[in-house]
Amino acid sequence: MTVLRTVDLTKKFGDFAALDKVNIEVGEGEVYGFIGPNGSGKSTTLRVLLGILKATEGRAEIFGKDSWKDAVEIHKRVAYVPGEVSLWPNLTGGEVIDLLVKLRGGNSSHRREELIQKFDLDPSKKCRTYSKGNRQKVALIAALSSDVDLYILDEPTSGLDPLMERTFQEYIIEEKKQGKSILLSSHILSEVEKLCDKVAIIREGKIIETGSLKDLRHLTGTILLVETKKPILDLANVRGVSGIQPKGNAVSFQVDSGEVAYVISYISQFEIVRIESSPPTLEQLFMRHYEVSDKTSGIGAGGEA
Amino acid sequence: MNRHLIEGTGTLIRFILRRDRLRLPIWIASFIAISVIVAIAFAGLYQTNAERIAIAETMQNPAVIAMLGPGYGYGLENYPIGAITAHEMLLMTAIVVGLMNILLMIRHTRTDEEDGRIEMVRSLPVGRLSNLLSVLVVLTGVNVLLALLLGFSLTVLGIEGMGLEGSLLYGSALGASGMIFAGVAAISAQLSSNARSTLGFAFTVLLAAYIIRVIGDLRNEALSWFSPLSWVLRTEVYVNNYWWPILLTVSVALVLMGIALYLNSIRDLGSGFIPSRSGKDKASKTLLSSFGLVFRLQRTGFIIWGIGLLVIGVIYGSLFGELETYFDEIDLMQQMVILVEGFSLTEQFIPLLMSIIAILSTIPVLMSILKIKTEEKNDRLEHLISRAVSRNRLMGSYLAMSILTGFVMLTLSSIGLGVMGNIVMEESLSLGTYYSSAMVYFPAILMMIGIAVLLFGWAAKWTGLVWLYLASAFFIVYMGSLFQFEDWVEKLTPFGYVTRIPIEEMDYWSAAIMVVLAIGFIAIGMIGFNRRDIGK
Ligand SMILES: Nc1ncnc2c1ncn2[C@@H]1O[C@H](COP(=O)(O)OP(=O)(O)O)[C@@H](O)[C@H]1O
Ligand SMILES: [Mg+2]
Repeated sequence: MTVLRTVDLTKKFGDFAALDKVNIEVGEGEVYGFIGPNGSGKSTTLRVLLGILKATEGRAEIFGKDSWKDAVEIHKRVAYVPGEVSLWPNLTGGEVIDLLVKLRGGNSSHRREELIQKFDLDPSKKCRTYSKGNRQKVALIAALSSDVDLYILDEPTSGLDPLMERTFQEYIIEEKKQGKSILLSSHILSEVEKLCDKVAIIREGKIIETGSLKDLRHLTGTILLVETKKPILDLANVRGVSGIQPKGNAVSFQVDSGEVAYVISYISQFEIVRIESSPPTLEQLFMRHYEVSDKTSGIGAGGEA
Repeated sequence: MNRHLIEGTGTLIRFILRRDRLRLPIWIASFIAISVIVAIAFAGLYQTNAERIAIAETMQNPAVIAMLGPGYGYGLENYPIGAITAHEMLLMTAIVVGLMNILLMIRHTRTDEEDGRIEMVRSLPVGRLSNLLSVLVVLTGVNVLLALLLGFSLTVLGIEGMGLEGSLLYGSALGASGMIFAGVAAISAQLSSNARSTLGFAFTVLLAAYIIRVIGDLRNEALSWFSPLSWVLRTEVYVNNYWWPILLTVSVALVLMGIALYLNSIRDLGSGFIPSRSGKDKASKTLLSSFGLVFRLQRTGFIIWGIGLLVIGVIYGSLFGELETYFDEIDLMQQMVILVEGFSLTEQFIPLLMSIIAILSTIPVLMSILKIKTEEKNDRLEHLISRAVSRNRLMGSYLAMSILTGFVMLTLSSIGLGVMGNIVMEESLSLGTYYSSAMVYFPAILMMIGIAVLLFGWAAKWTGLVWLYLASAFFIVYMGSLFQFEDWVEKLTPFGYVTRIPIEEMDYWSAAIMVVLAIGFIAIGMIGFNRRDIGK
């Protein structure tokens, strides 16, 4: 069942089209990753979905209702964490959490104390004294202690330290187990990989890729940086290798997830001096995307590879 | 001074001038324009010496002294027009110049610090004192420039009795007041760790300076020495042209600035000397609604304004005793109050006081409704809108708060006025008379709210215009009594349609029309708010 979807959603600020025919669809119980570089339109999409901004064209629906007209009804079952959390400087974190939970109109803060402890927040401090990470925690705690069906989270871990990031991920996994749906925007691919069933990639207001993680497996392989004594022969034709780039004495390339063992055994015959692996960055992903679209469109212009 | 402390000051000065390249010229030009216009107008109004002496006489009453400070030069054979202009304008302009300095100082110190911009600057090869020093230099420059430009502008008008020395002194008095309050704001910015309470602290000093001066001028000359606003009035500009008050004011200003620099050098970035306390870790029941939040955010301001208006009521009320005696002695104050038969002069004076009190009461009312704009700009409306709070309920909470504010402010000031007035007068009036003379202004205040909501709904960028409208209402009331404007001028703002209780018969029609219009404006504004994007 579809919980949330946009149909040809377009949003213009004056002449500038921040969103251009965006289509995404989140099913019940799904964790949906929404990735793109800064300024690509992630926050704008989420804000339209919450009825904060009005769509110029197209539709945005949550629970089958129009997200502009039925905003209040929808919000009773949605928790949102904005991308930039700005709080009231002279209220304490605890007061803000209680207020935000209460204004949802839902029931009590059944997990308030537990969350405050897990996220290691001092709720008696005034919000003006909080760092960015602490403000983020306040918004997260308020969201997670509400009993809702859908979470809309805009780069929720920005500003959190790695320990807190993990705490957050644990909670998301728990919510998912309980059948809750989650729309999560991020520019960190590894986070999305860990949590999401489906992803959409947005760039300059346009969706350039959607699908399940399995579908995009080729996109989320491993990047290897290898230095060998002998030059690696015929690398371009090895199964699962793509995006070859010389880097000084070494060479960097992407390996599809299923083929890592095979590729390593192949290159080991050229006497490995150094090997580093990393997940592909968003940049590499986009570059690959253009490689692909260049090939298919046959234009073949530009590109570094 | 250690050079390291002030490294980069020159660059920062240029940076401030660039950021304020519109703001500063607009401020300065407005001061010059208003002063010049008023000077020309007065010169036209009071052309003969007899007229000037007559108006000077009528301004020698306690109400005017309370409002504008004592006059001077009485008994001069040839009374200069400059003395009238200065008596009428100097204090009020000095207050606004002070306000400008406070706002600019805080904008470039605490606000920048709170938003983390100073941290970025300080990570560069820039001295610890450079930012504060550069703001102080810029503001001092602005005040000196204002003094000179104003002095020369008034001189070139060529009005007899407004010569070069007097005009330069007039400008300098304003510039010196500006410097004092730049210093006050600079110290406030060191004491408190956030921009809001810095502003509150500096405003309180300004208000206290005014009130101390009122009491000093009416009752106890010695007290006046504690208010810088009294000092600049002692220049007796265009008559005796004393320069020592300027010297005194500027010296004190420099000392204040020095103290601010010292405090700045010994504190941590981001901190203040008044520590910020922790609060409750759970919200009380009263906070847990959108109105609860709105009230909580404005509680301090609400209380301070309430006390302020009560005090203003009491001060005006305490004048009534003296007015009674004064009116008995003088034939009439033709210029200030139009004589109506069957009413005591005190009764006729009430509407004038009330119109000023009502306009003052509108300030916290507009602040209260426009708080929603600040919240929107700071991305905090998002928290409410993204929860089960409709836009109507949100706007409704701010409306309720501002209407409540208007009601409470009018109530407190009229009670202060009435109770104190009745204590000092021999023939007392009923409290109901005072109360209704204040409450008739309620529809006009509603109209101002309506206009604010209308602008906020459809043209949020332009909501500031409602302040300009209120300022012109004040100007019309303040100047109207002296300029004898045509009737239509008074009718330009809602305050011109209010019945003058107790001397006029209540006009229910105009009150009802204002209420209906206000509701209409609010409704249209809400429609706009419901249709637009929320955000910056
Ligand atoms: N209120 C606005 N007015 C004009 N342009 C805007 C506004 N909000 C966002 N934008 C522009 O829309 C684009 C998308 O922004 P945003 O959705 O915040 O990106 P992201 O969240 O992906 O970083 C950016 O180019 C941004 O400058
Ligand atoms: Mg964003």
